[in-house]
Amino acid sequence: MEDKDVKKESQNHTDVKIERGNPGDPRIIAFVCNWCTYSGADLAGTSRMKYSDNVRVIKLPCTGRIDPLFIVEAFKKGAKGVLVSGCHPGDCHYTSGNYHSRRKYATFRDLLGYLGVDLDRVEFSWVSASEGNKWVSIINEFTDKIKSLPGKSTDIFTKK
Amino acid sequence: MARIGVFVCWCGSNIAGTVDVEKVREEAAKIPGVVSALDYKYMCSDPGQNSLRNIIKEKNLTGIVLAACSPHMHENTFRKAAAKEGLNPYFVEIANIREQVSWVHEDKERATAKAVDLMKMMVEKVKRDRPIEDVRVPLNKKALVIGGGIAGIQAALDIANGGVEVILVEKEPSIGGRMIQLDETFPTLDCSSCIMTPKMVEANQHPNIKLYTYSEVEDISGYIGNFKVKIKKKARSVVEKDCTGCGECWNACPMHKNVKSEFNVNLSERTAIYVPFPQAVPLVPVLDRSVCLHFKKGGKCQKCYDACGPKCINFDLQDEIIEETVGAIVASTGYDLMDTSMYGEYGYGKYKDVISGLQFERLLSASGPTEGVIKRPSDGKTPQTIVFVQCVGSRDPEKGVPYCSKVCCMYTAKHAKLFAHKVHGSQSYVFYIDIRSTSKGYEEFVRSTMEQDGAIYLRGRVSKIYEDEGKLIVKGADTLSGNQVEIAADMVVLATGVIPKKGSDKLAQMLGISYDKYGFFTESHPKLRPAESSTAGIFLAGMAQGPRDIPESVVSGSAAASKILGLFSKNEYEVEGTIAGVNEATCVACFYCQRVCAYNAISRKEIKDRSGKLVKVVANVNPGLCTGCGACVNACFSKSIDVKGFMDDQIYAEIKALAV
Repeated sequence: MEDKDVKKESQNHTDVKIERGNPGDPRIIAFVCNWCTYSGADLAGTSRMKYSDNVRVIKLPCTGRIDPLFIVEAFKKGAKGVLVSGCHPGDCHYTSGNYHSRRKYATFRDLLGYLGVDLDRVEFSWVSASEGNKWVSIINEFTDKIKSLPGKSTDIFTKK
Repeated sequence: MARIGVFVCWCGSNIAGTVDVEKVREEAAKIPGVVSALDYKYMCSDPGQNSLRNIIKEKNLTGIVLAACSPHMHENTFRKAAAKEGLNPYFVEIANIREQVSWVHEDKERATAKAVDLMKMMVEKVKRDRPIEDVRVPLNKKALVIGGGIAGIQAALDIANGGVEVILVEKEPSIGGRMIQLDETFPTLDCSSCIMTPKMVEANQHPNIKLYTYSEVEDISGYIGNFKVKIKKKARSVVEKDCTGCGECWNACPMHKNVKSEFNVNLSERTAIYVPFPQAVPLVPVLDRSVCLHFKKGGKCQKCYDACGPKCINFDLQDEIIEETVGAIVASTGYDLMDTSMYGEYGYGKYKDVISGLQFERLLSASGPTEGVIKRPSDGKTPQTIVFVQCVGSRDPEKGVPYCSKVCCMYTAKHAKLFAHKVHGSQSYVFYIDIRSTSKGYEEFVRSTMEQDGAIYLRGRVSKIYEDEGKLIVKGADTLSGNQVEIAADMVVLATGVIPKKGSDKLAQMLGISYDKYGFFTESHPKLRPAESSTAGIFLAGMAQGPRDIPESVVSGSAAASKILGLFSKNEYEVEGTIAGVNEATCVACFYCQRVCAYNAISRKEIKDRSGKLVKVVANVNPGLCTGCGACVNACFSKSIDVKGFMDDQIYAEIKALAV
């Protein structure tokens, strides 16, 4: 989908469209690291825990690899919420990638807010490979939050 | 043009029970570039893999996507299968529709929609995969061991016995480290020098070990398999190969009684030309130029030279820089004792008879300043009452360090025991917080010190020590009885905490390995990779990693050695090819990537034309060091660096595949 389609869509959105939209809407994209959070999400699976199915996981080697523009791109392509998750501070498989990510995210979050993006739609968390239950609760809570946000849920911008 | 095959696995009913696998297959077949879509009960089974291989061959596939279980399960299985058909194994992508779809969701329609999404993402990713070759780094099969204490000696001997050449570098004039300073060792009461000296001699005489004592590592560059090391061999002023260790020179030196002996922890004096202790290896003296009259008084004194039979003293010797290339390194730099000046109430340094545990070791030692007779440093009298204070500096976040130094409980018990053995009718008191005696035979050892040797253990801290009429009055609390105690002692021994060797942080920076806030080297993984540093090819051993006793140091030395021998059992070191690569055409040499790289993997590369003129400087990734984390990619302003397997365009394509 090209940018202009997104624009068209955001101009024409109606609540009806959401109902007949894709199963999986509102779409949430999660950027996770391979070592901690991806394994934690796998653990939720092997433990047969159940959670909301709105999330689509994109696996990267490390949260340090996550370019803030990925977040922008995810919103551009219709995501209604973006989650970034990696190893806990001090546990990074690559020593310090999660620190780079945390710092970058702290700065970038302000910029997103300045652009008018509703900051409730972006979340940053630490999920270790042993925290399947934490992954489940983060996904469920985040999905509920996205679903409950006021205004038309196709709109990622805050109402001014 | 991409020719992609999509294989949807049922995993019996594990996936097929919740995901409409046929729907996923049908959706896959609609994607441009997908030439084959198939679903099968168990893709990982032999028939599953065979059909995968057949289709790769038949349809001449350029990439495959498996919608199946987690890549952490079977990615390698399918990569190997693909490689057997001549497909680059990195052209295999996995859509995780089991652990992250069928096992965690219940609504079949929605789960299927998610599975389709994940499959689409991976199809777009695999379309943009580039062939990746695993990197092979040649290995120089020679090892460097930094630090010649028990851990370093053990590592060097094990490596050398495995048939590999070792360079052992020691800063002090002799190898032996801290262990050779000890008297008897807990819990067996073996004499330390009796068990240590043979090892030192063996290390010195081993045909595969090259020993550099009184030397320091000056610079290290390179990476696993190919470290370039500069070793500074400090001027000894004695020609080693000619010296017989006869001792005429230090007997002739007029500088006795002037210089404190480092080896005896300031309890005795040494000469300007000296060997630190009689069993030193190598038994070659060192001339300390900072105190030698020859150097201080303009060459007038040369008594040692005159006394020397083989005339091997040479005042003109200079520091020498030796360059070596090694494939692996062991960092075993050991420890120092904490400075206890912050405990002014204990009077260390103020009262001569308040000494450290290591000083007490020297008093006990038969080769020590008192030849094994326990004498007070102040007046040389044999003490009848000694108070031992444990946890001086350790487990004290306020003044010292929060960690436990691990060896003090045991060596204090040993001191009390040996004191009872050597001075009959004497009495020792031990102030402790907790007794930690967890290894084989340790608890029994402490018990016997209390029960057979009559040491009185008092649980509590000492608040003040002061001198009164030739006695040291120790005031403290006995928290078990709730009483204040006051003991008139002849001597006080402080169980001082251990800290990393001075300068080990600088060495860590040189090596590019990480260290904790105290300066102890950190392991690549605290539990699963305890012998490895975060940098490939650099291994750790001994107290440089944290407090540990002799058996643990020996184990860690052997562990590092076995890692190195394992590494050297192949001719090349193989690294996964998913590492960073630089686009030299667009790199602007800002080196932000270098700043964020935790592995020192990025260096400057000069591009020159045929005439040798510098055209431009670019960043260069060292495949031996890069781990492919991707931190550099985000630091790059000119988008000139990318990580293979997780390229920018692939991630954007994945996001695009999810567009709603």
